[in-house]
This record gives sequence, structure tokens and C-alpha cells, in this order.
Amino acid sequence: MSILIYAEQQNGKVAKSAKELASYAKAYADKTGQEVVAIGAGLEDAEILFQYGVSKVLNVSDDKLKSFNAFAHAQMIAQAADQQNADLILISDSNDAVYMGPILADKLDAGYVSHVIGLPEDTGNFTVKRKVFSNKGIAYTEVLSDKKLLRLAKNSFGIIESPVTGSVEVFTPEIDKSVYETYKVTKVDKATGKVSLSDADIIVSAGRGLKGPENWGMIEELAEVLGAATACSKPVADIGWRPHTEHVGQTGKQVAPNLYIAIGISGAIQHLAGVNGSKNMLVINNDPEAPFFKAADYGVVGDAFEVVPKLIEKLKAFKNQ
Amino acid sequence: MRILFLMSSVPDTTSKINFTDNDTKFDESGIQYVINPHDEFGLTKAMQIKEKTGAELVVLNVGTAKTEPVIRKVLAIGADKAVRIDAAPLDSYFTAVQIAHYINNHDKFDLIIAGKESLDYNGGMVHGLVAGMTGKKFINAVMGLELKDNNMVEVAREIDGGKEFIETSLPLIIGGQKGLVKEEELRIPNMRGIMMARKKPLEVLPAVEAAVKTKIDKFEKPAPKGAIKLVDKDNLDELIDLLHNEAKVI
Repeated sequence: MSILIYAEQQNGKVAKSAKELASYAKAYADKTGQEVVAIGAGLEDAEILFQYGVSKVLNVSDDKLKSFNAFAHAQMIAQAADQQNADLILISDSNDAVYMGPILADKLDAGYVSHVIGLPEDTGNFTVKRKVFSNKGIAYTEVLSDKKLLRLAKNSFGIIESPVTGSVEVFTPEIDKSVYETYKVTKVDKATGKVSLSDADIIVSAGRGLKGPENWGMIEELAEVLGAATACSKPVADIGWRPHTEHVGQTGKQVAPNLYIAIGISGAIQHLAGVNGSKNMLVINNDPEAPFFKAADYGVVGDAFEVVPKLIEKLKAFKNQ
Repeated sequence: MRILFLMSSVPDTTSKINFTDNDTKFDESGIQYVINPHDEFGLTKAMQIKEKTGAELVVLNVGTAKTEPVIRKVLAIGADKAVRIDAAPLDSYFTAVQIAHYINNHDKFDLIIAGKESLDYNGGMVHGLVAGMTGKKFINAVMGLELKDNNMVEVAREIDGGKEFIETSLPLIIGGQKGLVKEEELRIPNMRGIMMARKKPLEVLPAVEAAVKTKIDKFEKPAPKGAIKLVDKDNLDELIDLLHNEAKVI
């Protein structure tokens, strides 16, 4: 029995999420004595996964599989799981993996748990912690089936180096290519040159406290200085100050960066539900009673129009050191 | 054309979440139930298609009698009839078996609309499992859908950092979300709809036998946050020091 992780790629390179999946798999494998195997398509730097405990990478070179199709990729992973006799399969919570998850679970006849945030409690009963009720609760979920598919919540385990010697093997799955005709991708709209919310380590988010869309210049500048993505609260997206794609919260995008900076956002329960997976939260608000101050790690009570420009200057000086 | 709307009834998003019976059960006391917010976008889309094409709209829910007020709300918004499969949804797999059984044994549906995830147990998998069990096409995180000629349909799905447009054909299952219709288009029941909903059929079907693949042993609440560190607005160097040396994020 082995543990199989689905290593996604970004512009050909192993995605950060794959390193976290590998770290999680390795930590569990150390308890069970299993081998950690990765499957991916077109990974140019597959060897990097050895650093995180993966001892075998199945690298698919089929050009078709370099672009994502949930049904093709589910076939690819299911065949790798069979070949490697894997009873535990791990995927990330990227949009692609979230889409593919239930298709893969059905193919594998696996019990599938999403939003997983911890290792199995022990090696007897297979019970993992997962987030439920939009981060407002944690459920200890026992997986009863032989095969288990887990979707790990981003940034919940961390990336841990644990170098092993490994090998990269070419893997050639037999894919029913008709799925590319059934689901024909006609166009991809992707903002280029901007840090995306899903990938961002730091997110700078602002709300109604900014008073109007014309005041977002400083938010964008702060994000640029930090190499961060920009986001906003629901009311701001609803009144059209910012695009809906920036809306984070319970019904918008759920994010979990290393640092979430909330500027002029009061911290309604629905907003917090979408962001409280973040490692650190900094709130800047002129209302000391704003609920966000109860949820955040760091806070500055002050007028955003005064604090943010000063913070930008200080950060520029800090970055130049 | 026939549309099946898979509705999940979930606690109102402002609910405080508590657990009871030694933390083995969700505490329902004082909880208001609503149509799952992700489902609402799909419901409005279904209504728009219905009004344009004369499609029949059926709402299906797997739940106990307690979900009926929320099912009636969907009827009040405009669904033609409702089906409730009488069972507590034990886990996602169990729920998917119930829905797949219904789909496989009833009149054909061209479009089956669910939300991308329900905001109670956040599984995000029932729609995809149903697709597997029924052999139907499936696209998740759908932020746009346009019906074309000859049963073709153009769908936009969310990808990391953007959108991907996919051309496919009906019949199709989608996991809907924000973007599928505009926020201001979302339907709410009006008085006439509420009156009419009382007369619309709500069929209750028994559940079929099905296993579960997962089981919740206990719940807990997330650990409370430590006390916030407040930094004076005139001492932002301290903030930068904390972010750099303590949080290690810059």
C-alpha cells in the first residue's frame, strides 16, 4: 500500500500545493511505513518533490494531459492509484482539484473528505479533522471505506522538508480522449501579471471604509509592495466598486493566505467565515469596536487614509534594506 | 425542457454554530434554515431559463420533514413541483445515492442544477458523485451558462485566477455559484408566489437503502484566537517588526 498525491503544476513547475500534500503524506507515511508516490502531468522539476518525502514521481508526458480536464485527470489518477496499490489519495483545494474530487472519488469508490486540516488521529480508525459550517466548526470524520480520498485545506498543514532519495518514472495512462471533445475549452480568461487570490501568500483586502472606488489606489500600491493579491468585502463587490472576482467571504472566495490584511472591513460573520483559515490576520480600522479586532492577530486602530500611506512608505524602506 | 434543482437547506449564514449531546450533534436550537446561498444563483438561473423556454422546474431535496418550509420557499419563487426524499442526509455518498436513484428512475432532465458546495457540511461533492452514478456530464464552480442551439451549452467555470469557457451539451449537471446570475437578479418569494406555493405538489418519496462512506464521530469549535496585538498608528515600525520577526510573513 502506498499514499498517492496529485501534484499539480503551474507553468510546468510543481505547484506549492503539491509540496504541502507531500509534507502531509510523508508525516502520515512515517507512522504507517508506506511509500509516498506523486502523480502529475508535465512536471519539469519533478525531482523537487523528493525534498518533501516523495520517493517516486509518476510523470505523464502526454501533451493533452498538460491542460486540465477533470474527467481525463480523474482517469489518470485512478489508474496511477491502481498501479501503485494506493489506499490513500490526496488532492489540493485548487479549483481544478475541487472540481475533479467527486469524479475521482466515484471512480475509486473511495470515501472522500474535503477541507481536511489534520493528520489521521491514529492508524487504527481512520479519522481526520475537517472544517465544517464554513470554518465555524470542526468535524472528526471517520472514513469507513478501504480507499480514502482527502482534499487538504490550503495552508493547514504547512510545507515541511524531509528529503528522501527518489526516482521519476514515465507514466502512460490510457485516457478516453473523447472527454476533450465532450468538454471543449473555447477560451480562458486569466489575469496575467497579477497575483491571483488562490496563489497569494499575502492578501490586501478592503471594504466600505474606503468610501469609494477611487480610493483603491493605495490598496493596490500596498499589494504591489508586498507582492500581494487584492480582495474586497461583499458590499463593495455588490455596489460595483470592485469586481466580483475579488469578493472573499462565505459566498465569495474562501482564502487562506499567510497574511490577510483587512482595511476598512468591519468583520461580519460571513466575511470572517471566508478568511479565518488565514495564518495571520491584520486589521486596520478606525472603529475599535469593529468585530474584526476580536478575530485578528494584529490590529491598528486608525484612519485607513492616514495609516495605509504611512505603512506603504515604511514597507518600501523595509524592503530596500 | 426539464430542469431539476437540487436544493440544500442550510443554517442562515449569520448563525452561531454550537454542538450538543457531548459534541456529537449539531445544535439546531434557534437556527433558521435558508436555501443554500450557492444554490440560490442556480435557482434564479433555472427560473430565467424557465421563463424563456417554458421549461418545467422540479426541486429535489433529501431531508426530513423539517426542510419543507425551505422547499416551499423554492416553490414560492417559482418551481413547478417539489420532491423530498425522506431521510436525514447521513453523508454525501448516501445523499448522492438517493438523488442518483431518483434521476435514474424518473423522467429525463436536461439540466440538473446544484450549488458548488452546501454551507453546512461543506462537502462539495454530492453533484459530482451523482454525475458519476448517473453517467451524466458535470461542470463545477459554474459562473456563467448560456443555452445554444442543438442542445449545446456554453459554460464558464471558475479556475484559479480567472475563468475557463467550456462548450458542452445537455444533459448536464452543474455546481453553481456566484456569477451565474447577477446578485441583484436573485429571486425572493413574493406574496402571490407564497399563496401559489401552498397548492403546488410536494411529493415525499421513501429513501432507498444506501451505505455511508464517512461518519462524524464528534465536533468541536475552532480554538479561540489568542489576544490581538494592537499597534499604535504612530508606531508602524513595531507592526513591521512583528510581521517580519514574529509572524514571519514579510
